[in-house]
This record gives sequence, C-alpha cells and structure tokens, in this order.
Amino acid sequence: MATVPKVEVGTDYKEKYGFFVPEEYVFKAKRGLNPDIVKEISWMKQEPEWMTKMRLRSLEIFRKKPMPTWGADLSVIDFENIFYYLKASDKQSKTWEDLPPDIKATYDRLGVPEAERKFLAGVSAQYESEVVYHSLQEELTKKGVIFTDTDSALRDHPDLFKEYFGTVIPPADNKFSALNTAVWSGGSFIYVPKGVRVDIPLQAYFRINAENMGQFERTLIICDEGSFVHYIEGCTAPIYTTDSLHSAVVEIIVKKNARCRYTTIQNWSTNVFNLVTKRAMAYADATMEWVDGNLGSQITMKYPSVYLMEPGAKGDVLSVAFAGKGQHQDAGGKMIHVAPNTTSTITSKSISKGGGRTSYRGHIKIYPGANNCKSFVKCDALLLDDESRSDTYPYNDVDAENVTLGHEATVSKVSDEQLFYLMSRGIARAEAETMIVNGFIEPFTKELPLEYAVELNRLIQLEMEGSVG
Amino acid sequence: MADFEIKDLRASVEGRQILKGVSLSIAKGEVHAVMGPNGSGKSTLSHTLMGHPGYTVDGGEVLFKGQNVLALEPDARARLGMFLAFQYPVVVPGISMANFLRTALNSKRGYDGKDKSKQVTPKEFRSMLKGELEVLHMDDSFLPRYINDGFSGGEKKRAEILQMAMLKPEIAILDETDSGLDIDSIKFVAEAVNRMRGPELGILIITHYTRVLEFIKPDFVHVLVDGKFVLSGGPEVADRLEKTGYSEWGKEETAQPQEVA
Repeated sequence: MATVPKVEVGTDYKEKYGFFVPEEYVFKAKRGLNPDIVKEISWMKQEPEWMTKMRLRSLEIFRKKPMPTWGADLSVIDFENIFYYLKASDKQSKTWEDLPPDIKATYDRLGVPEAERKFLAGVSAQYESEVVYHSLQEELTKKGVIFTDTDSALRDHPDLFKEYFGTVIPPADNKFSALNTAVWSGGSFIYVPKGVRVDIPLQAYFRINAENMGQFERTLIICDEGSFVHYIEGCTAPIYTTDSLHSAVVEIIVKKNARCRYTTIQNWSTNVFNLVTKRAMAYADATMEWVDGNLGSQITMKYPSVYLMEPGAKGDVLSVAFAGKGQHQDAGGKMIHVAPNTTSTITSKSISKGGGRTSYRGHIKIYPGANNCKSFVKCDALLLDDESRSDTYPYNDVDAENVTLGHEATVSKVSDEQLFYLMSRGIARAEAETMIVNGFIEPFTKELPLEYAVELNRLIQLEMEGSVG
Repeated sequence: MADFEIKDLRASVEGRQILKGVSLSIAKGEVHAVMGPNGSGKSTLSHTLMGHPGYTVDGGEVLFKGQNVLALEPDARARLGMFLAFQYPVVVPGISMANFLRTALNSKRGYDGKDKSKQVTPKEFRSMLKGELEVLHMDDSFLPRYINDGFSGGEKKRAEILQMAMLKPEIAILDETDSGLDIDSIKFVAEAVNRMRGPELGILIITHYTRVLEFIKPDFVHVLVDGKFVLSGGPEVADRLEKTGYSEWGKEETAQPQEVA
C-alpha cells in the first residue's frame, strides 16, 4: 500500500462525518485554466474532435462572460488555483470487488453497497472527476435503458449523445455552464426508451476529495415518449482548508407523456462553492419534478428550471435549503411557460441558523400566447435565531391571458409554544428543536425514498448539533 | 405524606402578578381539583408548574422527589414524573403522533440513542398503544397524523390523555381537559383517567366547571380566586359551587357549563 499523504482536514470532520480516505491519484492535472489544459483533458479522454472544439469554444465564452453579481458573492473564487481534471484510478471497475480498497472504504461509509443490495439497480459512483464504479442491472439493459457515466456515453453512444448534449443548456447560457462545458468530466447519462418505466430509482453518489479541485460533472437524461425514471444523486463531502468549486450542469429532456423525477441531497463541506445549472425541457403532457435538498457548502446558487414547451406539460420544484454559520444558500426555481395549458409549482423551504443566510430566488415567465397557464409558488423560511437571515426574490413576467399565478411566502421562528409542548413530554430542548425543524421540511422528506429521508433527518440533526460561533 | 408540594407559589405574566401565594400538598393516590372563575390564575398555575418560559416565578417552591422542580427545564420535570394535559394542545406540523409518542417514551426512559436496552421496542410500543387507544375510542388512523394538526376538540383532548397513559406520570395536571368536549368525549376521557387512578398517581384537575368532577371524583377541591385559594375541602365544595357558582367571592360566574348549541 502507498503511504498515506498528509492532508489537512477540518478539525471536527471525523466526528461529524465519520470517514476520511487519503488521496491516491493516477493522474493529476496542473492547476489553472487555459486552452492547453482543456486540450489535455479532451486528449486524456480520447474524445472526438467535435467535443474538443466545443470545449475550447466554451472556454472562450467562459473567459468573455462577466462574473454574475446579482446573487451571492463569488468574487473570492480563484479560477487559476483549481485542478480541472483528476482521475482516481486508471480504469473503471465493473463490480464492487474490483474497486481500489481506499475508494471502496469511502463508499462503504456512504452506504453504497447497502443501496446496491436494496435497489439492485445500477450504481454509478463518482470519485473525483470520473466514474470508477458502475454496474447495470441486466433487467435495465434488456429494457433498452442506458445508464452509464457521461464519458462512456460519449464513447459508446456517440450519435445519441451528440443529438442532445448542450441542447438544453448551451455553453453560452451562463458563465458557469460555459466553464462546465469546457472542463466537464463524469456525471451520469441516462436514456429511457419509449414506454419504458424504470421502477427503481437510479442512484449516483458524488464526493469531492481533493484539495482545491473542482468537480464539473455533466449529466444528461433523455426520457423518451411515455417513459418514467427517477434519478437520485446524494453526497457528503469532507472539509478542507481551501476553497473548492463544484459547478455541474444537468440537462434533461422529457418527451411527450413521459415523467422524470430528479432527486438531489447535497451536503458539501462548508468551503465549497456550489454553482449548478439544472434545466429540463418538458414536452406535451410530460412531467418534470426536481426534488432538491441543499445542506452544506459555503455558497450555493442553484435554480432548477423547467421549460414547459408544449400544452399539458407540468413542472415541479420542491427544494430545501439549510444555511448555518458562514453559509449562503441562494436557491429557488424557474418555470418558463412557453406553451398554453401548462402548469408549474415551486415549493421552497429554507432554514437559517447561527447567522446563516438563505435566499429564495424564483422566476416565473409566461410567454405571449401561453394562455391558461397555472403557476403556484410557496416559500417558507424558518429562522432559528435572530442573527440569521432569509430573503425572497420572486420575479414574474406574464405576457399571456387567463393566467393563474399564486405566490405565498412565510417567515417563522421555532415557536416557544411548540418547544414547550414537546419538552413537557420529556424531550430535551435540542432534540425538540431538531424535531420541529425536521417537521418543517417534512413535505420534502416524505418525497424521498426512506433511506434518504432517514439520512436527511440525520444530517439535519448533525447540523443542529454543530457548534455555533 | 405529601409527594408533591406546592409552597407559597407566586408567579407573574408580563410583569403582572397572577399567583399570590398558592400552597397545596398532593399525595400519590389522591385526586385534587382546583376550581376558579376566569382570570383567577388557573392556567398560570398549570403553566408555572410545568415550566412554561412565558411565566415568571416570583417566589415559593414546588417540591417533588426531593427537588425544587422550579429550577428544572420542562423536559427534566417530565422525566421526573410530571405531566401536563394541555388546555390548548399545540399543533406541530410534520411530526407524526406515533413518532412523537415514541420519542417521548424513549426520553422518559432515558434513552439517548446509545443504550439500546432503554429503547422502547416496536412490539412493546404497539401493545402499549393498542389497549389505550381502545379505552379512548381512538383508532390507528390517528397515529400517522401530525401532532394535533387538524384534530377536533375531542380528538385533541383524547390525544392528551393517550400521552398521559403512555408516559405513566406520577403527578398529572389536567388543565381544563373538559372544555370544548361533548358528553361522550368527556366520558371516554374520564374512563381513561379513572383507569389510571391508583396509589402510583396523584392528579390535579384544573377546571372552571363542575361537570368533569361528576366523572372523575375528586378527593379534595380547592377554590382559586385572584391568585389565592379561598376555600379547600372535600367533594362537597364542588357541590356548593354547583349551586352558587363563584358569587360568594364577588364573581358572577356559574360553575355549571353552558350548553353549546
């Protein structure tokens, strides 16, 4: 075995998350960002020329676009001090047994084998920038479902890949989608053929485990007509001493009568900048559901969106954000009603503690001619103390007729009466507070598969226990 | 021998003194009723005994198991063996009654997530619940519901008594448990309380009206007016109030409930 490199971790990391695995890399790129590094990434992956060109073009766009200033403060990100590509092992493992021991140890703690046993579905776990573990249940293959990492998809399904990649979120969409397109690595690729329902959720686990490295995974999901899939990504991350950037892009196409649910629980370490672009296109009578839980990170900016392209399309965003000391969760959702008779709901729940800040930022756009649309936005904020903060920034552009638009916002505190009631039954204050917070996000939790709900409640408990300055 | 002793308790709300020296001794096995007109300090008494943060203790002590419970947080009082059945049970969204009951029971037993031997097992929990639900004429469908959320008045009060039955306190304070209840609900609640009566439980019933005392017979009745006991005695005190109300203390209020149309 290799010697254990010395890596500085946050002091309470072990107690809080209970695992830490030393790094061991086959290849480590240089820090910083320039055309040579982008070319090197593409070369390492043996990509087709069109992808190399697209990456280089995206790098140009990234360079030209100014840093967005309308949201959280991003000025401290130093793009020249980031690794843009790492590869944890030189080849992908086919089975759990083939995994390198240290990577295996990490996923043991994350419960991957458990999930494997339980769901017997494909597991695609991302360690560093590339998927190293991947298994597909035969049943899925028989049904024609493709569930693979995005790099393999480019290699093995080039036509399908090229047809959809970058069509929902083009590189020029925003500064970070341009960055992602330039340096993307890993992520999941799913194709569900016409009429196929995938009954068990497909899962992926993500972790950041290298100092100062960015994760730029790229996920592309295509639900063909009348199909259904539920994709789940979850993660916990170690705490490092210097800033880390996570900037993913998720593109989803939901065709006629299809339904896609995308569930995320993210718990980045509190030095991570989590800047993610997630967007879906929903066609006639299709349904897109984003279930999005954000704990951890220093700054999160994430607004899952649905473009409702044809009549009968339906979009849902259900999100939870937890901001503790020094954290800013700037999250929300966007619903773009392009066609008439489309409906959308955004439900946002946020919790701020110890001076943490949460913002709801939402955009409802209803285009001319998109008549008879319905949209409802509900955001509830829970403040656990007087130093924490919550803001709401709803933007509505309505250019159609006979539109029903609802917006409801509440800000509340943990009430003395609720606390007294629970404590009067013998429940200690800290546990009672945690129960009230978990109760507050229950509309979210109940949408999760049981083990994720349990994990989320446990994460909330850890956050509540976390020392406040 | 008093097991629970309130000594010269003085308490205020928002700077206004409400309890002006209340003393009362309860032995386990006894049922005491505190009766009083509106504004006499009944709910201040119940809330102060259980430690509500909105009530300030200005003096006196409450002794239970060798401790002055006024120095304890509400959860510590509960774990010591006190229970308050709320007049207005609080809604807590997102937490199921089953989860709440299990958590409360585990807390009472001192389970802190480590010593599994203290944890209530699912089987034990189910069997405890089953019997109590029957007595209260409740069914399982109430368990997945959120705490008091959307409960009718009767359901709320029955749920309070269910919690009491599960937690098995040694001193139970029933705060206006009869208010807002139809006669059937009062009977179910009274039946459940009467089943719990015995040498291990002291009960303090706080009520404006005499009606509940027809179903739960008190051993002692105390009349609270303007923050002080003005009369204490046996069950005959309730009979006297039944006839004259609180008029002899200058309060023109009846002690008989008004029938709600």
